[in-house]
Amino acid sequence: MTDRSLLRVQDLVLHFRTLAGTVQAVDGVSLSLQRGEAMVILGESGCGKTSLAKAILRLLPRNVETYTGSVYINGTDVMRLDDEDFRRQVRWIKISMVPQAAMNSLNPVLRVGDQVAEPMITHFGVSKSAALTQVNRMFEHVGVPLDFVKRYAFELSGGMRQRVAIAMSLVTSPDLILLDEPTSALDVLTQANIMNVLKRVKQDMDSSFILITHDIATSSELADRVAVMYAGQIVEVDSAERFFAEPLHPYSQKLMASVPRLRADQEPEFIVGQPPSLLNPPTGCRFAERCLFRFEKCDQEPPLFDAEGRLVKCWLFEQVHERALSREAGA
Amino acid sequence: MSVDSGSTVMQGEASVEARHRHDGPMLRIRNLRVWFELRRFGFGRAGSVRAVDDVSFDLNHGEAIAVVGESGCGKSTLMKTILGLYQPTGGEVAFEGNVVGDLGGVDLKHYRSAIGYVQQDPFGALPPFMSVRRILEEPLTINGVPSHERLPRIERAMQEVKLTPISDFLEKFPHMLSGGQQQRVVIARAMILQPGLIVADEPVSMLDASVRVEILKLLRSLQESHDLAVIYITHDLSTVRYFSERIFVMYAGKLVEKAPVRSLLNNPRHPYTHALLAATVDPDADNAKTFREVPPGEPPSLVRPPSGCRFHPRCPHRIEGLCEVEVPPDFETDPNHLTACWLYR
Repeated sequence: MTDRSLLRVQDLVLHFRTLAGTVQAVDGVSLSLQRGEAMVILGESGCGKTSLAKAILRLLPRNVETYTGSVYINGTDVMRLDDEDFRRQVRWIKISMVPQAAMNSLNPVLRVGDQVAEPMITHFGVSKSAALTQVNRMFEHVGVPLDFVKRYAFELSGGMRQRVAIAMSLVTSPDLILLDEPTSALDVLTQANIMNVLKRVKQDMDSSFILITHDIATSSELADRVAVMYAGQIVEVDSAERFFAEPLHPYSQKLMASVPRLRADQEPEFIVGQPPSLLNPPTGCRFAERCLFRFEKCDQEPPLFDAEGRLVKCWLFEQVHERALSREAGA
Repeated sequence: MSVDSGSTVMQGEASVEARHRHDGPMLRIRNLRVWFELRRFGFGRAGSVRAVDDVSFDLNHGEAIAVVGESGCGKSTLMKTILGLYQPTGGEVAFEGNVVGDLGGVDLKHYRSAIGYVQQDPFGALPPFMSVRRILEEPLTINGVPSHERLPRIERAMQEVKLTPISDFLEKFPHMLSGGQQQRVVIARAMILQPGLIVADEPVSMLDASVRVEILKLLRSLQESHDLAVIYITHDLSTVRYFSERIFVMYAGKLVEKAPVRSLLNNPRHPYTHALLAATVDPDADNAKTFREVPPGEPPSLVRPPSGCRFHPRCPHRIEGLCEVEVPPDFETDPNHLTACWLYR
């Protein structure tokens, strides 16, 4: 089978060693992304979504216990590269990242233009003036006035700093950009502006995005596809149209019901209980304890069922999956 | 977390010891101005930050209002002035008929015990070296509640915020609690002196979607069962419709629109309110197909705010010769719906 996806993650596992035991932050995640596509990874804090991004980009702390699985980029498994080759060949070249609170992590003593130029200079060895030309082009794309090149981070507003961070992730023209909560600390109007910037970049540059967020409403501004993460695992993957209209997994349904609507008179509801600890997650379905539809089978871990093109990690969809299989066999 | 009958028990008691009430509004704010002087080299004056400029409103007993605005618009300064943490530069805040700025000593202490404050970041608001019991005991000690009454009151407050079973939480330290539980402790602390008014400064902005709803529902139920007045500060318009009766929209130190929730959401009048509403989306896949309309520019500096209407440089409906010259007064555009915009003159 030829693999035409830009990114394919297979059984990615990332466990951390802590004093309290093993934290299973990412536990067997598989997903794939086509070129030019934006995928949103939704989840509550502590569900492992940031760890997933860091695992893809191999930005790991020292206390890693297990780090296995495959990450294919354009068909090659980059997990086989050693750290130095990974840094040279993948980071910033193939995948770049806008980390959480990026706007507050700009270097305060560097002019923002120089800072955005840095990945160009270190990775491609271009001259500073050539890099600055590219910086100017990126600033135009993300809507930063060109004279800001010479300013320092503290002279910029939060929204402008966030645009600079986005420009920095684009400057080496990577295939894929990981955005970790790019709008969570911003005001509504600034949020809308940043989402407009990302939409424009997606249109103009045909970039692919993975957007990690807990903000469901804002995520719908960019999403082509949605993956929902719960307790270290992906529980649903679906197209944005179908997901926002009718989520399938009981957790996704609850999550959608917790979003306060501005335009619909539908009182938001909360999910009773708390997510399980990743130190010692339940052996069966990890959502079972909070699930209204729980039945005997939920004591075993469900696979990610293919329910007519929609992937759901829930036993409720076993039959849909089997019907589809038998139809296929019949045809 | 189990639901129990704690709140109904308290409800009965609160009405028995119904507080002495002043006729008229609980909180009366007139032409309030809070300016911070900028100094150069320690003594040279370099102008002022006009964080709150000419704000007036009334808050009735038992009413929940939401103050909506972007960061830097002065909403936290407004709250801190109401709490008596900042002195007004001009105008006044009157609580139950008494001007807050004139209070001193014991009166000020009483005033502070009559308002509860729920901070934005629960972890930052709780002292890390104190257990839940000590955190909740401190306001009681300060206000001279005899020691044998303290534990029952702590337990009652914890029951009300549904930190149950109580024995599991009493001796815990803040870092051992989840974000939602920490915020419950903060709310319990704000409630423990049985205030008449709760000021909540972005109480849920640090929390996850589901926990957010849980905490807002808790605040709403406490407000209803205790007939509390609540000032809820937020930048998120989508939550206000479920949790308040009136919305005030704040821009660059001024309240530009004051209206009942329905009226504001169905008939927004001020161009800034329009912009805020247009930028707030509900989850929908169609959002990805269009660009959002956002007014150009950014909120102005409060040191040298624009003349006339402060929104005029960004406003699509600007009236030349008027908006940049004169400050718009409040116009009653709909019943009880005040809009500070020359379009409605």
